[in-house]
Amino acid sequence: MALLLKGAHVVDPRASVDEVCDVLVRDGRVVACGTNLELPEKLVVKDLSGKYLLPGMADVHVHFRDPGLEHKEDILSGMRAAAKGGYTAVAPMANTKPAIDSGSMISYELEKAAWEPGRTRVCPVGACTMGLKGEVLAEMGDMVAAGAVAFSDDGHGIQNGGMMRRVMDYAKMFNKPVMSHCQMEDIVGHGVVNEGAASTRLGLAGWPAAGEETQIERDIELARLTGCHLHIQHLTTARAVEIVARAKEEGVPVTCEVTPHHLFLCEDDIDARTYDTNLKMNPPLRTHDDMMALRDALCEGLIDMVSTDHAPHAAHEKALEFNLAPFGTTGLETALGLLMTHLVLPGKMSWQRLVQVTSIAPRELIGLEQASISEGGLADYTVVDPDVCWDVRVDDFASKGKNSAFIGQKLTGRATDVYTAGYASLEDGVVTF
Amino acid sequence: MLKHSHLIDITEYSPEEIYEILDTAKSFSEVNSRSIKKLPTLRGRTVINLFLEPSTRTRTSFEIAGKRLSADVINFSASSSSTKKGESLADTAETLAAMNCDICIVRSKMEGAPWLLTRHMNSHIINGGDGCHQHPTQALLDAYTIREQFGGFEGLKVGIVGDVAHSRVAGSLVPLLKMLGAEPVVIGPATLMPSCPDLLGANHSYLLDDVLPDLDVVYMLRIQMERLEGQPLPSLREYSMLYGIDMKRLGMMKPDAIIMHPGPINRGVELSAEAADSPRAKILDQVNAGVAVRMAAMYLLLGGESDGITA
Repeated sequence: MALLLKGAHVVDPRASVDEVCDVLVRDGRVVACGTNLELPEKLVVKDLSGKYLLPGMADVHVHFRDPGLEHKEDILSGMRAAAKGGYTAVAPMANTKPAIDSGSMISYELEKAAWEPGRTRVCPVGACTMGLKGEVLAEMGDMVAAGAVAFSDDGHGIQNGGMMRRVMDYAKMFNKPVMSHCQMEDIVGHGVVNEGAASTRLGLAGWPAAGEETQIERDIELARLTGCHLHIQHLTTARAVEIVARAKEEGVPVTCEVTPHHLFLCEDDIDARTYDTNLKMNPPLRTHDDMMALRDALCEGLIDMVSTDHAPHAAHEKALEFNLAPFGTTGLETALGLLMTHLVLPGKMSWQRLVQVTSIAPRELIGLEQASISEGGLADYTVVDPDVCWDVRVDDFASKGKNSAFIGQKLTGRATDVYTAGYASLEDGVVTF
Repeated sequence: MLKHSHLIDITEYSPEEIYEILDTAKSFSEVNSRSIKKLPTLRGRTVINLFLEPSTRTRTSFEIAGKRLSADVINFSASSSSTKKGESLADTAETLAAMNCDICIVRSKMEGAPWLLTRHMNSHIINGGDGCHQHPTQALLDAYTIREQFGGFEGLKVGIVGDVAHSRVAGSLVPLLKMLGAEPVVIGPATLMPSCPDLLGANHSYLLDDVLPDLDVVYMLRIQMERLEGQPLPSLREYSMLYGIDMKRLGMMKPDAIIMHPGPINRGVELSAEAADSPRAKILDQVNAGVAVRMAAMYLLLGGESDGITA
């Protein structure tokens, strides 16, 4: 059965499309796009007038907690949260219990995700080292054979520089990026908030920017040495942006991502009356100046992509004292609304740039085929209603994790429909699987 | 009567409210020096001392304060770390709430723990010290002691010396003094200084001898060895050399300057034995004020009027 996506404003910078037109899809591919298309008899028509049709969003950094911590999230609930938030593809990190550090664990994830058109694509990230311990190389070759798209010990920085070098040397054989969570543990210590105003004001242990930036510098030098594609995860400071930008200018194979929470929250948002643990992040929320610099860097092209670091936790785990609560916020279901509200709708970020940072760059990083709104293109799409105003409410999340740092915020713009390989995973705001 | 339900963060209080607490404490202090020290004011009220971190002095002070006002005071001790494997603080709070207590005093090594209690209990919460954040009743008893000595706060230079970074005492005392018109300055090694001391409202200095001759109050913080992860001090010997008050430094102080300390003191570290025992040291006055100030806090939180004390 063919599908006609009718009347949306279509934005696809790769196909140089930025206009209202119709898109005819069959068997997961675009048959034709334009106006006054020749239509087959058997046809489902989806009226998308007033909406934007974009190449499908992909998130290269999520936590689905499966196996081992399914009370926080499992692969299916994570996939549903992704669809609800407008995402067509996600790359879950390896810090599960046990860790995703073998080919069979990658297979487990893919089997459980049970790909078919109309479901979220799951692109597993394998561990760099066994058990994420930073001591023994994980079987990357086996994991690649099973379907791993990248490697990361996310949750930890690899502390030993020699080990990191081996990881990068080894990963480059398979042409896979190494995604690095940069945290020099002996500088960071037990820090839980940004060292500076927040640590002084709240009395909590500080997590200094230098603990992140020193490891970014180290990893960039190792990328220069090994030639491995280094992807810096969730960078948080203006200085980190500069370091990465300089390395790019020098030709080091490095990309980077930023999360919505570091773009739209800062250390000042942690209220001394609540010590809200939903604002406990790793790396922590930084200064207001850092936050604004990250926004500029994302809009101007210095930061390559947005990833959510979707980190679901059970309510009772977050309802502890700040020091004892786990790090992280959910993100899949709020990212698009935040980007729309704060950047796209106020005119700070173009629709083309939105597509670049949410679809093109992340797909390129993990080697996922580009979604395309041109003849023969892969029909992975995100449909956005740019006018709808909505409240971020605990009860509305598809994710098992209700620990959003944005609860109570009013946002404008959200995904209404999502297609993967031409079939809806989200239809009129309802997840289809 | 206070506008607040809780006494958790001193920065939420206005100078007028601070003076109301200090004035009320003054009335209670008189009671404390009588042979019969008990008032019926809080008869029938229940006060729970929830101490999640070892403490003898603060707990005892609150216990005496409650009992002097005829409240029923119950001590509940547990370990913060037990929340990792056992009951969460939220569940403990709801358990206590189900027993209907009027005031809950909480001491925890976890910053922000008192606010967590407010979300699970209907009681008035008093912060008996939360980690490295605040210890408001300590700051109030310190302010009381300073006022007794100097009559007021305007323009007084108060040096707070030692491990400022980990000090909940400094966390409350600095903003309180600033609010009342004094000029707090925090003094200590750079390794034990918060990253933004100016945010607390204080000037800072790394070397005691640079500022010592200007100080009206020399407030020595306890060096809490158990908190000093990563050995930020080379040795106690050097600490004492750079920051300890001995007879020589006592001689550098203004003639009417006083020494204070939240206790317990480490003799020979922060204070030499002679300095600790000198008449300039007002440490026991602080302890004495502590009971009155805590009586005042409980009384006012439960709706008492500062001029309504009848004995």
